[in-house]
Amino acid sequence: MHELSIIESIVDIVLEEMPKHNLTKVTKVSLRIGDMRQVVPDAMQFGFEVVTKNTPLEDAELLIEHIPITGQCEKCKHEFLVKSWLDNCPRCEHPNIQIIAGKELEIAEFEGT
Amino acid sequence: MIAIKVPLVKNILEANDKISDLNKKFFDEKNVLVVNIMSSPGAGKTTLISNTINALKDEFKIGVIEGDIQSTYDAEKIAETGAQVVQINTGGACHLDGNMIRDTFDQLDFDNMDLLIVENVGNLVCPAEFQMGEDFKAMLLSIPEGDDKPLKYPLMFHESSVLLINKIDLLPYIECDVEKIKRESKKINPEIEIFEVSGKVGTGLVRWLNLLKEKIRQKNDPK
Ligand SMILES: Nc1nc2c(ncn2[C@@H]2O[C@H](COP(=O)(O)OP(=O)(O)O)[C@@H](O)[C@H]2O)c(=O)[nH]1
Ligand SMILES: [Mg+2]
Ligand SMILES: [Zn+2]
Ligand SMILES: [Zn+2]
Repeated sequence: MHELSIIESIVDIVLEEMPKHNLTKVTKVSLRIGDMRQVVPDAMQFGFEVVTKNTPLEDAELLIEHIPITGQCEKCKHEFLVKSWLDNCPRCEHPNIQIIAGKELEIAEFEGT
Repeated sequence: MIAIKVPLVKNILEANDKISDLNKKFFDEKNVLVVNIMSSPGAGKTTLISNTINALKDEFKIGVIEGDIQSTYDAEKIAETGAQVVQINTGGACHLDGNMIRDTFDQLDFDNMDLLIVENVGNLVCPAEFQMGEDFKAMLLSIPEGDDKPLKYPLMFHESSVLLINKIDLLPYIECDVEKIKRESKKINPEIEIFEVSGKVGTGLVRWLNLLKEKIRQKNDPK
């Protein structure tokens, strides 16, 4: 369900940006979404199709780059991909890990004519 | 026609974050502490809020925003406590956002309020993503929901300052490893404060109430 709100925000942002670049039609939108967001790719594609109907974004391609969760050890500052939330720091075994990537929810770029 | 590429790198939720910042400023000026209460449907938010109000209402002035997809049932229950209450029906949206909170500004008397409790829509995923201008987020996980929830819904545990493990009165009848919930929540969010409570019976509520009192006093006297 939150996919719909996310898409509505994307469409709002793109519609606002288009006139600044003299665009009338959007052909592609690229997103960067962190795995912590638990966004369902199929729901995004479907929602995008529905929400963009009869807008300048209709039929645009939606590309999603998924950003894996990266943690940093609070103690030794080692950075690593978090595969399980139960992992300790692979270098020093410290249990407290700061999330430094994986919460992204960004429009990277869009294309149009 | 040749396609033009527009590099943007823009936070998709930026519009909501901006409105939330404005809300936050407003609440700060009014010295109102705002807590955003989140959980899945039926975890016990309304019951906890109602009993929290009853315990604090002699000492503090409390307002409530009730978020629900439909119905005014929860708002009616809260109104029985005598607190000011506004119902927001999101009409389908599974979370509250900054705009919806802003829309209540002319329906509540913030000059007569120390604490604003917001009951978010029941959902363990997206309420954690949409800021509303709150001072902190508290989530409930009731033990019948099971001890696997922190690992299944890590974002909410990550974003919450307080976890209330609720319906602890049911522990004799339910298989649920409370220590596992605590351990895994702390792993996801080392700073999270955890209270075991029964919002209904009142068990364990003292620490939760003390935390609220402390935060209300800090907000009223920022020095
Ligand atoms: N056993 C038990 N039941 C509770 C507790 N808190 C709430 N309930 C019950 O759980 C149901 C849902 O509670 P409610 O407060 O409406 O949950 P909400 O949907 O999160 O607002 C109701 O039947 C409550 O009486 C509790 O601490 N223990
Ligand atoms: Mg409720
Ligand atoms: Zn380390
Ligand atoms: Zn939602």
